[in-house]
Amino acid sequence: MAVEVDVRGYSCPVPVVKTKKAMEENPGKELKVITDTQTSVQNVTRLGKNSGYKVDVREDGEDFVLVLIPEK
Amino acid sequence: MNLISSLMSKKWIILFGLIFGTLGALAVNWGNPANMGICVACFLRDISGGLGFHRAAVVQYLRPEIMGFALGAFVTALAFKEWRPRGGASPIIRFFLGMFVMVGALVFLGCPVRMLLRLAGGDLNGLTALAGLVFGVIVGIFFLKRGFNLGKAKPMTNTAGSIMPIMMVGLLVLAIAVPAFIFQSESGPGSQFMPLIVSLAIGLFVGFGAQRTRYCSVGAWRDIFLVKDFYLISGILAFLAAALVTNYIAGNFGAGGIYHWGFENQPISHTEHLWNFLGMGLVGIAATQIGGCPLRNLILSGEGDTDAGVTVLGYIAGAAVAHNFAVATSPAGLNTWSIAAVLAGWAFCLIIGFTMRKA
Repeated sequence: MAVEVDVRGYSCPVPVVKTKKAMEENPGKELKVITDTQTSVQNVTRLGKNSGYKVDVREDGEDFVLVLIPEK
Repeated sequence: MNLISSLMSKKWIILFGLIFGTLGALAVNWGNPANMGICVACFLRDISGGLGFHRAAVVQYLRPEIMGFALGAFVTALAFKEWRPRGGASPIIRFFLGMFVMVGALVFLGCPVRMLLRLAGGDLNGLTALAGLVFGVIVGIFFLKRGFNLGKAKPMTNTAGSIMPIMMVGLLVLAIAVPAFIFQSESGPGSQFMPLIVSLAIGLFVGFGAQRTRYCSVGAWRDIFLVKDFYLISGILAFLAAALVTNYIAGNFGAGGIYHWGFENQPISHTEHLWNFLGMGLVGIAATQIGGCPLRNLILSGEGDTDAGVTVLGYIAGAAVAHNFAVATSPAGLNTWSIAAVLAGWAFCLIIGFTMRKA
């Protein structure tokens, strides 16, 4: 099961802070980040890639779902 | 290879930073005040004065750049389907943080954008301020890591999201028509400006570019220390480099030029080092708590973010407070209440930082 991080409604940089915290608390686990702004999608995607995750983004109605899969 | 792919992922923000920095330097040659080609804080302060919210006669003008930033972002957000009316994440706190951003900026005499332009124009007080800004950002990160946030925004109606863009259109109409109740400086920085159409065009371009790239001159430093992310800073460094090179090419340095290297006798600047440091430090912490620099909040207000809109109104109110209550400094140095206001701002941010922790 992926660890879910719901950051809808939060503005920059809180989505990144919460995702980073989830990474640190769940090393090696898949994360599912739900957000509602393009800016957060880009910021969380960069964080994921810089932290060694493969990042998949899909739109879900008004929201975006990012699946972060550890590469190692 | 890694370096090349890293640069490629940043190519648009670097390109935008280069153009923005070039325009920021040239704006002075085209009519804006020295070392103030673009200054979001100063220009909002001039608008506050133009509307008569403060009566500092030398800094009153409805700067079309500001309307350009917000309206450029508005049109761009619509075109790229990023228009999202939203709000409700502690607007009252954002209003006051916005006021204190302005207090800090007007004690140093510049927002983080002008800070870099001052540096690119030889004003080394920009370095003191940069150190302060980074210090303030790091204190802000301390709170972010402890779970500080201003809560969740909720989706809002198009009507609510449109308020700030409509206000900007209104300001633009006033800037063009200049009815009798609008104040207009006859001397000083407020009397120095580019032709309206040029100011507006530059503003619209910057609004477009900053919306697409998420350019933020506080977020850039935050991301380095928070997540070792060098995306935003690459745009900032491009901005600084382009402004510096442009000033040399334009002949602004050297004999007959308007700029020289040093701390003393710089245009619209003073050498109160501690208060330049703590003033810009206040901008750093408050802007980190709000989530972005004044330019970034103007851009967001154009995207329908009403919390950013409230922050912008806080800047305008803060400018009025700074000039009405003898807080804003001048080239002569500190004003009666400059120190008290900066300390009050720091106290406010620290209290907010320790107390605002929502799940």
